[in-house]
Amino acid sequence: MTRLSVDIQKHVGELQIAAEFESDVGGITALHGRSGTGKTSIVNMIAGLDTPDSGRITLGDLVLFDSNKGIDLPPHLRRIGYVFQEDRLFPHLTVRRNLLYGASRASHSDTVLNFDAVVDMLGIASLLDRQPHHLSGGEKQRVAIGRALLSGPEILLMDEPLVNLDMERRGEILPFIEKLRDATGIPVLYVSHATEEIIRLADIVVMISDGKSVAVGPVEDVMSRLDLRPLTGRYEAGAVLNVRVGEYSLDDGLSSLNFAGGALLVPQVDTPIGHDLRVRVRARDVSIALTPPHGISILNVFPGKILDMAETGTAQMDVLIDIALPGGIEPCPLWARITRRSATELKLETGLVVHALIKAVAIDRHSLGQ
Amino acid sequence: MISDIEIEVLRLSLKIAGWAVLCSLPFAVGISFLLSRRRFPGRFLLDGIVHLPLVIPPVAVGYILLLVLGRQGVVGGWLYDVFGVTLVFSWQGAAVAAAVMAFPLMVRAIRLSLDSVDQKIEAAAQTLGASPLRVFLTITLPLIAPGILTGTVLAFARALGEFGATITFVSNIAGETRTLPIALYTLLQAPGSEDAALRIVGISIALALLALLASELLARRVARRLSGEPS
Repeated sequence: MTRLSVDIQKHVGELQIAAEFESDVGGITALHGRSGTGKTSIVNMIAGLDTPDSGRITLGDLVLFDSNKGIDLPPHLRRIGYVFQEDRLFPHLTVRRNLLYGASRASHSDTVLNFDAVVDMLGIASLLDRQPHHLSGGEKQRVAIGRALLSGPEILLMDEPLVNLDMERRGEILPFIEKLRDATGIPVLYVSHATEEIIRLADIVVMISDGKSVAVGPVEDVMSRLDLRPLTGRYEAGAVLNVRVGEYSLDDGLSSLNFAGGALLVPQVDTPIGHDLRVRVRARDVSIALTPPHGISILNVFPGKILDMAETGTAQMDVLIDIALPGGIEPCPLWARITRRSATELKLETGLVVHALIKAVAIDRHSLGQ
Repeated sequence: MISDIEIEVLRLSLKIAGWAVLCSLPFAVGISFLLSRRRFPGRFLLDGIVHLPLVIPPVAVGYILLLVLGRQGVVGGWLYDVFGVTLVFSWQGAAVAAAVMAFPLMVRAIRLSLDSVDQKIEAAAQTLGASPLRVFLTITLPLIAPGILTGTVLAFARALGEFGATITFVSNIAGETRTLPIALYTLLQAPGSEDAALRIVGISIALALLALLASELLARRVARRLSGEPS
């Protein structure tokens, strides 16, 4: 397992890039931030397609770039697989020859993957003798992923691989990315501005703002932080809970997800019982009651203590509630977005014990990550 | 139907034009690559020199060749002293003259297709472990094949029709440097050879049509291969 370590600076037009982070050894590290904040420039410098003004990049024991020592390894010696925003397939080669283009490097690499296994995993066996030209967008991107994997990379860079695909095609590719992480063990650096993809895929998030890495940490921490709210997006703001899939009730079609705050009831999830999941609960799907409510349709009610409150608009505010069960070791933060009037009428303040209400149907397939 | 002399002229023309194109092709690809992809001081000057034969009188080019490659010339003298080779009055000299005159056309066509190759695709090849040389041979070269083909056909046609620089540099020697246009010129100088001259014109037209047909067929095959339809 190889760790990527990055500490680079570069002027790109108006933007001053200063990125410093280390990748997760086995999982998916995400570079997250709005469009135009230098994410692509950072991955290009890691791949060697662009040169930093100064800094250092290492991959395991291998120094890829070091401005002090004058080291700048050309891209073809870096052992980095790169899946671009556009598929960038070779138009004059068949899918099979595209896939095998990097095989010569893979043959003297530690991370040799079986051709048939990769083709199987990506579901592209029927496309092998076709020309890229005749493939759909989703098929092209799957081939591009396979091509990068088969070049024997020690880390895989994926720069917004879904951005040029429609919703349906995205849903088609996402499971493959999860699968490749689980099946190949090759660490992935995944660039995306889409909160949904980050929650679903990432283990570690590197938050990028104006070219700078402003926060690095586990996805549930970074995506729940109030100070990063302007970067993670107001609409999508919320908390991420680590849950384990519990029993499924045949009678009403609900799955129970167990976490530090108790059991969250949601419409049936596909993940087998006993597996760990990440659930994003958006702040706007959570409301607050002072007493345990009766005669109400909402199934998920969790008592908790208010930790923090912040105004997020002229009429609304976000309330941070710790809903960990008594005796829990770690806090279990949940965000609720309510109107300022409600906050005033309920006399909400830090330290007050309240009840957080989550609508079960607000948790859908898009809110889940593995 | 076609006389021995006409066959000799035709064969000589094809030989000279063929060698001219064949030998200048690698240089044309190299210079096109420099002009399209590299930024270096003197790039504009190189561009100008390559295009010079297109804009100055062919006779002037022939004269410059004579000055440089003639037995008294800087390069020509050295070639004669070291290798005992002389280009003046030989078919090899005619090929050099044709090559120089056709070179700008070849470079223009190849450079145009190099400019249109998506360099992002070449970058992708690099990230798959391909060295710059391998990227050029396996990605760039196949993608500019249509441009190379166009450039070659254009240059071949230009070389076949070359007159001014050739007659100035290597003169008009039957069986050695008397190509189709020079043979035509010679016949027009002699009274009463109008019929023979017309026959040469006919051969030239037939040759041009054949070349066009061949290049069209080849171009279709290349295009099919690039777009991935079965050929």
